[in-house]
Amino acid sequence: MKAAITGTGMSDIGRNTGRPAILHLADAADRALARAGLTLADIDGICTYPGKADNSPGMSPLGTGEVRNALGLQTRWHAAVPDGPAQMAPIMAAAMAVMTGQARHVLCFRALTESSSQSAGRRASIPGAGRAEIGGWLSWLVPVGAMSASNWAGWMATRYFHEFGMTREHLGLVALAERQFAQMNPAAVMQKPLTMDDYLAARMISTPLGLFDCDIPIDGAAVVIVSAGDAAKDCRLPPLRIEALGSALRSQETWDQRADLTTMGAHDAAADLWARTAFKPADVDVLGLYDGFSIFVPLWLEALGFCGHGEAKDFIAEGNIAHGGRFPVNTGGGQMSGGRLHGFGLLHETCLQLWGHAGARQVADAKTALCAMGGGFIAGAMLINRD
Amino acid sequence: MRPLPELTAENTAFWTGGARGQLMIAFCDHCQNAIHPPQVICPACQSRHVGPRAVEGSGTIYTYTVNHQPWMPGMVVPFAIAVVDVDGARGVRVTAPVTGCEADAVKIGQRVRIAFEPSGEVWLPLWMPLERTAA
Repeated sequence: MKAAITGTGMSDIGRNTGRPAILHLADAADRALARAGLTLADIDGICTYPGKADNSPGMSPLGTGEVRNALGLQTRWHAAVPDGPAQMAPIMAAAMAVMTGQARHVLCFRALTESSSQSAGRRASIPGAGRAEIGGWLSWLVPVGAMSASNWAGWMATRYFHEFGMTREHLGLVALAERQFAQMNPAAVMQKPLTMDDYLAARMISTPLGLFDCDIPIDGAAVVIVSAGDAAKDCRLPPLRIEALGSALRSQETWDQRADLTTMGAHDAAADLWARTAFKPADVDVLGLYDGFSIFVPLWLEALGFCGHGEAKDFIAEGNIAHGGRFPVNTGGGQMSGGRLHGFGLLHETCLQLWGHAGARQVADAKTALCAMGGGFIAGAMLINRD
Repeated sequence: MRPLPELTAENTAFWTGGARGQLMIAFCDHCQNAIHPPQVICPACQSRHVGPRAVEGSGTIYTYTVNHQPWMPGMVVPFAIAVVDVDGARGVRVTAPVTGCEADAVKIGQRVRIAFEPSGEVWLPLWMPLERTAA
């Protein structure tokens, strides 16, 4: 075994908690270490996405430095990966670090305090807000009024609807499925029932995406411990073997130039993942698919080959991704009902499923999980498996 | 006030062409490849002989969204943002707000023409519907 996930933990997720990010992080680390049967003294590596970033309030309040300092870590390897295969980047980098002997147990983390930051009147989800000038790929979006990722995802959804006859009701089924799972997960922030009428009546954000097509800013943190294969055998739980990673990207770093905007970077990364393993989609028991916006879920399903191009609306309508379905997706409630931990929450949940720790929403005898993060040109996917 | 683009050697022609009413797209002088966002190297042939050329300024809406959320104080909503396949620059799309029609009248396949509005040192593009609509 080359690299494995040996522990994950999530802090209590809340809205407008007012708590310092480092306390959320420390709670998540305690829980991940307890699950793994490790102590802080065992941690010799640390990695995060994207690193401390103050350009968008609450989006990334902690870098590796703050966490090393607070937890008193002495590390042999540390890195932040802002420019990689989405929020999966630190997990991938950590896997490579343990495989090359740089570290034995790497603490990967993601912490956000977007809810408190927005409540303090500093809207977090607008990149570059408050700045006079903006550079890089954002400079082709924000200055022309496409300030929010909901706009970018919105125009992808418009094109997809146009080509394949998807409707708002299909995306509503994704939101409803996640809410149903959230009601089985005490840790999820949204616990009230959600009906299709509620979904359709909610205010529009950026057509065709409404309020319930968007994930929810929260305060919280998640930790994922990636261990070397030999070290993983000493941990408390069955190691979750990292079977394959996919991070290919064949188009430009833009949200509007990809030739076919009914596909995204996900399609490149997913193809690469399957090229690296003998596993097939039919072997997968449970999925965590990036759902910053509902439209990303059908696009990831198609990218990963769970259905053909243009077929996701029927695949979803047949109940495949919901509770009791053949390929349950985002069983913790996802980001749209569980809260936006930028993919780390989705990975935490798929790991809980493989360890049999998913409570009322447990998928029977789940052994193999697929977790995929990112939207637009940003994408990273991982297949994990236990014996 | 939303942020404006940082002007660079690569993008200045695009963001200032509006002063002359021109949509400026980077082309490779060697292989004639259209390059957007603009670069000083052609990604197709690696030529360094790349420069801006004025294109017709028309195009066809590939996709769009209507933004309803006021992301900043004073933002007037709703408004449509269109992703437009630009005539005469194969593979290039220019994304900009749509002006001159109701936001909910915007359609895929609609023919549009470029316009500009000045803001600071730059000229921001806008798309205006033309009468004729592609199939």
